[in-house]
Amino acid sequence: MTLVFAAIVIWIVASWINVKLSRSSAHNTLLVRFLVPFIFGVTIIVAWELLARGLDIPSVILPPPSAIATRFAASTDILWLDFVQTFVKGALTGYIMGCGAAFLTAILIDRVPFLQLGLLPVGNFVAALPIVGIAPILVMWFGFDWHSKAAVVVVMVFFPMLVNCVQGLSDTDSMQRDLMKTYAASYADTLLKLRLPAAMPFIFNGLKISTTSALIGAIVAEFFGSPIVGMGFRISTEVGKLGLDMVWAEITVAAIAGSLFYGAVAAIEKGVTFWHPSQRG
Amino acid sequence: MRKLFAVFTVVLVIVAIWYAAAVKMNAKWAYDQAARAKVEISFSELVKDTWAQERPVLPAPHQVMTELWKTTVGKKITSKRSLIFHGWITLEATLLGFITGTLLGIALSVGIIYIRAMDMSVMPWAIASQTVPILAIAPMIIVVLNSVGIQGLIPKAIISAYLSFFPVLVGMVKGLRAPDHMQMDLLKTYNASKSDAFYKLRLPSSVPYLFTSMKVGIAASLVGTIVGELPTGAIRGLGARLLTGSYYGQTIQMWAALFAAALLAAGLVALVGLAEKSVLKKMGMVR
Repeated sequence: MTLVFAAIVIWIVASWINVKLSRSSAHNTLLVRFLVPFIFGVTIIVAWELLARGLDIPSVILPPPSAIATRFAASTDILWLDFVQTFVKGALTGYIMGCGAAFLTAILIDRVPFLQLGLLPVGNFVAALPIVGIAPILVMWFGFDWHSKAAVVVVMVFFPMLVNCVQGLSDTDSMQRDLMKTYAASYADTLLKLRLPAAMPFIFNGLKISTTSALIGAIVAEFFGSPIVGMGFRISTEVGKLGLDMVWAEITVAAIAGSLFYGAVAAIEKGVTFWHPSQRG
Repeated sequence: MRKLFAVFTVVLVIVAIWYAAAVKMNAKWAYDQAARAKVEISFSELVKDTWAQERPVLPAPHQVMTELWKTTVGKKITSKRSLIFHGWITLEATLLGFITGTLLGIALSVGIIYIRAMDMSVMPWAIASQTVPILAIAPMIIVVLNSVGIQGLIPKAIISAYLSFFPVLVGMVKGLRAPDHMQMDLLKTYNASKSDAFYKLRLPSSVPYLFTSMKVGIAASLVGTIVGELPTGAIRGLGARLLTGSYYGQTIQMWAALFAAALLAAGLVALVGLAEKSVLKKMGMVR
């Protein structure tokens, strides 16, 4: 009971600190902007720990964070193998192939206005569909190993990426294109020097959206069958064995991998589209 | 008109590629069968066979359509084989989750607008959580709730609620902040109270943002429900149809379930789109 009481007290104190910090005159400084969400996050983890222990919640329902951390530290080798199988082999391969294919298709479509007119609505339509559903079919076609996962990822990232690329390629206005024409620039020159750079914000938007769906696709596809390694495999089997601490450890890995992946793409974007208003701050 | 023609052509080309792929991918089985029966089959026989196999690698479009027709119109909707029955199970959970998620998202966004501490502590996490594959938690939620005796509709609805929650939250915060300084200042000169400013300025200006994020949210909700139907070996719902299809190699059934899910998603998004159009029209916001 004291633990529950402690959790409530810590919660109140932490929110009081956060309210004070956000009302202080320093609320716009970088430090406070970082500190407030940090305190909030730590409070949630501490409260979770105290409540899980204080209320004797069985660990098959909600293991305390410390148990998850111990499990994480104790099984880094398994987690690493799962990470390589699911993220590097499945998600990343599929991501690169899918985004690359979508990019090339977009350039192709761009040359043929008829295709642009016809494929874009179809692409937009498909992008809104529950494409993960295709996972069992692709697992049947390409076998249980990472190839089928990469295939699911390719299908999942292709259409959002395609729509963004096509939109980006048409983002130059007629003035700019006319200027290129007065320079007697060829199609390739216009594409390389004007339209691709102008399309970059859109392309990176597509790339960023695709990072999350790539991971989701790779993990969900493993629910339909996989070799005895992989994050999705581990999650579904450990859930079956009620080894919830391992499941949470895998979810932690997925969360870290997801945000690092997104962060990496966003960092590259910052370097490539430094000229764009949204990047100048 | 030209656009319609273009879309039609593209769809036609896709269907043609599909038929060709069906011949290619199912040919092995057809040849094996022919070799076993010690007969040579001509190309036309091959094509005929590959488009009418019982468990093809890739079913031809008309097979999927027939199955879809048979399992929607041809069966009573109470039948376990009816896709309408399974679709309804999925739709129920999706709608319940979507409505809960949307309402929660709106409520929290109002809090975030008015309480700066909440804004500063919650928003970074809400944005960061979009990069995390939260769908991976789905099996755990199903099993954990199952172990405390909650099954069926509620666990799936919870998954679909949290999938629609974040897009709505982020969109609504953006929308409620959409009025610029001029407009807020104008209300101040009218001596408008905080609640007036909320109901007469902030809320109306957030509506377009709300609908945009609701379209994202309802698609995500449906995906969440379908994935939520996978892990426990559920026997009802579109996700379960996909899963049982994959267990027993019933490819036609899987494709039919996939198409049903696609139609459902398209229908839901279109419904939100229609609501958007009529609401924005009533509010005089249509450009």
